[in-house]
Amino acid sequence: MKEQLERIRASALAALEEATQTSDLEALRVKVLGKKGELTAVLKTMGKLSAEERPVMGQLANSVRASIEEHLEQRKKELAAAALEARLAAEAVDVTIPGSRQSLGHKHPMNIALDEAKEIFIGMGFQILEGPEVELADYNFTKLNTEEGHPARDWSDTFYLKDDSSVLLRTQTSPMQIRAMEAIKEPPIRILAPGRVFRKDEVDATHSPMFHQIEGLVIDKGITMADLKGTLETLVKSLYGEDSVVRFRPHHFPFTEPSCEVDVQCFKCHGQGCPTCKGEGWIELLGAGMVHPKVLETCGIDPNVYSGFAFGIGLERMAMRRFQISDLRLIFENDIRFLEQF
Amino acid sequence: MNLSRKWLSEFVDIQATDREYDQVMTIAGQKVETTTRLDAELKNVKVGKVLSIVRHENSDHMWVCQIDVGEAEPVQIVTGAQNVRQGDLVPVALHNSWLSGGTHITKGKLRGVASNGMLCSIQELGLTQNDCPEACTDGIWILNDEDAHVGQDINEVIGNDDAVVEFEITNNRPDCYSLIGLARETAAAFNVPLKLHEPVVRGGGPGVLPELLDVETPDPDLCRRYSARMVRNVKIAPSPKWMRRRLRAAGIRPINNIVDITNYVMVEYGQPMHAFDYRYVKGGRIIVRRAGADTELTTLDGTVRRLTPDMLVIADETRPVGLAGIMGGENSEIVDDTVDVVFESANFDGTSIRKTALALGMRTDASGKFEKNIDPMLTLPAVNRACELVELLGAGEVVDGVIDILNYVPEPVVLPLEPDRINALLGTRISEADMIDYLRREQIPVVDGMIQVPSWRPDLRRMADIAEEVARFYGYNEIPTTLMRGATTRGGYSPSQKLENLAGAGARALGYSEIITYSFVSPSGLDMIRAPKDDPRRCQVKILNPLGEDTSVMRTTALPSMLDILARNYAYHNKSVKLYELAKIYLPVQGEALPYEPKLLVLGSYGAGDFFAMKGAVEDLLCALNAQKPEFYPVRDNPTFHPGRCAGVRVGGKELGVLGQIHPLAARNYGMDCEVYAAELNFTDLITVLAGEKTYHPLPKYPATTRDLALVCCEDVTVGQLEACITAAGGKLLKDVALFDIYRGVGILPGMKSVAFSLTFRAEDRTLSDADIAPAMEKILKALAQDLKAQRR
Repeated sequence: MKEQLERIRASALAALEEATQTSDLEALRVKVLGKKGELTAVLKTMGKLSAEERPVMGQLANSVRASIEEHLEQRKKELAAAALEARLAAEAVDVTIPGSRQSLGHKHPMNIALDEAKEIFIGMGFQILEGPEVELADYNFTKLNTEEGHPARDWSDTFYLKDDSSVLLRTQTSPMQIRAMEAIKEPPIRILAPGRVFRKDEVDATHSPMFHQIEGLVIDKGITMADLKGTLETLVKSLYGEDSVVRFRPHHFPFTEPSCEVDVQCFKCHGQGCPTCKGEGWIELLGAGMVHPKVLETCGIDPNVYSGFAFGIGLERMAMRRFQISDLRLIFENDIRFLEQF
Repeated sequence: MNLSRKWLSEFVDIQATDREYDQVMTIAGQKVETTTRLDAELKNVKVGKVLSIVRHENSDHMWVCQIDVGEAEPVQIVTGAQNVRQGDLVPVALHNSWLSGGTHITKGKLRGVASNGMLCSIQELGLTQNDCPEACTDGIWILNDEDAHVGQDINEVIGNDDAVVEFEITNNRPDCYSLIGLARETAAAFNVPLKLHEPVVRGGGPGVLPELLDVETPDPDLCRRYSARMVRNVKIAPSPKWMRRRLRAAGIRPINNIVDITNYVMVEYGQPMHAFDYRYVKGGRIIVRRAGADTELTTLDGTVRRLTPDMLVIADETRPVGLAGIMGGENSEIVDDTVDVVFESANFDGTSIRKTALALGMRTDASGKFEKNIDPMLTLPAVNRACELVELLGAGEVVDGVIDILNYVPEPVVLPLEPDRINALLGTRISEADMIDYLRREQIPVVDGMIQVPSWRPDLRRMADIAEEVARFYGYNEIPTTLMRGATTRGGYSPSQKLENLAGAGARALGYSEIITYSFVSPSGLDMIRAPKDDPRRCQVKILNPLGEDTSVMRTTALPSMLDILARNYAYHNKSVKLYELAKIYLPVQGEALPYEPKLLVLGSYGAGDFFAMKGAVEDLLCALNAQKPEFYPVRDNPTFHPGRCAGVRVGGKELGVLGQIHPLAARNYGMDCEVYAAELNFTDLITVLAGEKTYHPLPKYPATTRDLALVCCEDVTVGQLEACITAAGGKLLKDVALFDIYRGVGILPGMKSVAFSLTFRAEDRTLSDADIAPAMEKILKALAQDLKAQRR
């Protein structure tokens, strides 16, 4: 009997080694360990053994069963692992095939540049303000200390909607200074007013009859020209990098005094002069100044108590520099092949 | 304003390179646009002496010259000119030289004889007869009388050893449209002395001025000042070389001594002047008046000008002889046999001059200066300077005395110097002494703390103006940079701006790219989208002076703008395009000066899905923006859209807009032969119909039960109606109704359709059984049968 058991064990283990599928294992289990299996058949003859032999053989039979079961389990795991491996191999894909994309839309590059500027100023406590594009000449000129007869008021420069020149398409975002002061009344005022402006320029690579400006205004007690410089330097360094060099130079605007223009040193030639900066070494960025006392008075703010500064940035020029766009017409053409680049 | 560095050096001594000058002046507030070296063009052209000249052996008109150009060996040059003689000094373009207009000269052979360069005419050196009146016009320029020497660079002979600096002069500084003004700025910027010259006139010409000339100014509002002097026995001739060179550097063409003198003084002082031929001033009377009944004047340029009654003219007893401040008349022009001359040096009202110049389309140097309201104190020194120059040139005899009519006496302006307020505005700590010194450099005296503002500085009227002067010479870039103190403000976006940002992000997530289009459009855009003749959108704000018809009205819909851009992309063969714009429109408001400017959200696409793709995008966007539940209903009568594929959008009872397929005829108007989809929603109104703040609803504890429901109904019953009916009848256990199939064909009668929904039921407190759902289903079927004649399939 002992030999019989050992033989069962040996043949079962050999068969296990040869099994290639889990179904083979199940058949083997039934054949050896099942109710009508080989081992069961041997055990059924146990009754014929002597009382001394019985526990010994019983123990052996159990060890044979345990051993076969253990190997069966082991083999099962091996086969499952192999099957999984085979499946994964079969499922492999070419990962260099392009992904299935949702193709997101693109923000217009001008608004990307605008949003960058907005974020910088919001961080400095500026409120974003909007206002009318069809504007009163009063707000666009008169209240901004731009007298009757000023060349900017000419019909050859400005689009008018009324014969008496009282209503126009705003030529600058500066009327938002007046609107902000009238609306907020009590300083402190810190506003940023981006928007469309219109001037009678024919379309070419650098001109458009409609373009965009960003107006900024700060009014409070004790605001100085040094604050204006600090604020604008923060803008330029945020936009163009900490190492950019800024230059302030005197200029004239009717509604600021003192007035200035702000240049940044040419990134390409670092001030030596090159085609990008038209040989000047500097690139003009924006106009600014301390709010003219007459403008404050007009808006009911006492210039002896409050002071402030204002600035205006050409958005197209900023965006074109930011993205190295060479022709203004691309901005308004809206070719999808252009938009998708941003 | 163009400034000759050489001419400038008569007033200030500075040793600055072109680049240094540019930088210092720009930083001090006079921005240099460009600096042009006059000697940049002519290269390697020298003065040569003709040692010998013989006939060319193979030519009957050419000559072979041996020329000494100051080198060891003479240079052989062949010339075709006939005016060259042995011993003459001539301009020689040597081998590898450059002439006017970029002509490059190299050595070569002419009919077999070596020629190592070229002899030059004045034209080849970029000059005209006006620049060199003595020069031969059709031959070589003979330099014998030009104070030239062998080997000298021709640029020195011409006076090209100079640089012309072009300044951008700002509106508030009319004084800087003059050499003296810019010299003053230069002296202040470099902190060097300014050398000014007081004109001295000997006078003594024949006659008594008041007997010869009478000036009247019946319109004193337009003529602030009129100064005049007379010169007799004038000898009209070319002006001397030094004067011609300076005028040329200033960009002015020399004409003759008298005219050149008026231009010279205009450049120097910034005071436009005019010279009349006294013969043609009838009655010896000059009357500065409005044109009135006179309707015509032929100006110096030979053009007949149509006058309007308000234009200011200079007239004699009988007729206008000049257009005040703009251009003289042909009838009193200085000519070769002019004997007696009247110099006019006047100050006219800037606005009047500007309007007249604009109306006649003739802005001149003079009108450009008067427009800016120049200093009325200039007229006298200018007219005296002109007379001084007449005497210097020996051009005539100046009559003693000046006629000077002063209709406007400017009040002297005196301002207190307020160092504390200036420092407070600038954020600086500049001492009072330094401030006084900056002003002194600009020729602005401060006496006992009071600033004596000179007449040429109309821009200095209050503390802020003085602060700018102080800042300019202290240096804008020396002012510290600080960050604002004071009360903090809360920055950020308004609720509507936040919603716009969200809408943009949503549209982009759905694959739509942003466009920016013009606010002004063509009125024909409404025809292109087939808007009816009585469409209220045809009431548009019109631009009275548009650039062209295409940009002549403010848009009342943004669909034409979107379709324009789609059409352009289509023309570029871009296959699939999805675009959005947040676009303002401009709606006239009765009784208001300004229109209402709401914003629209516009979507447009082609080659990127069907009606339901567009509708889905709108639904997704409205959901992302947290709008109340939208209703969509068929719109069959919007001529812009396909009558069977157009839906109105209503949210919270408000009509927000429309979406659908663009009518094929409208699409064709834009040259598009494909299905084009668009949506136009009023974004400003949308803000008013948002759902409330979102709050958390507990997740369901019990499972849902679904029932499929297939219905048969007439074709004209919409899915929306079926859905609404089911929802209304389903009771509170019905949580969702979802369409999953529409079928027409075998088994369904013609004119009918089968519509299948999946219904989801759920209770908050238990798992539902058939017994719970059956009554709800019964109610739903009953309602469908009653209201819509829809039966279970």
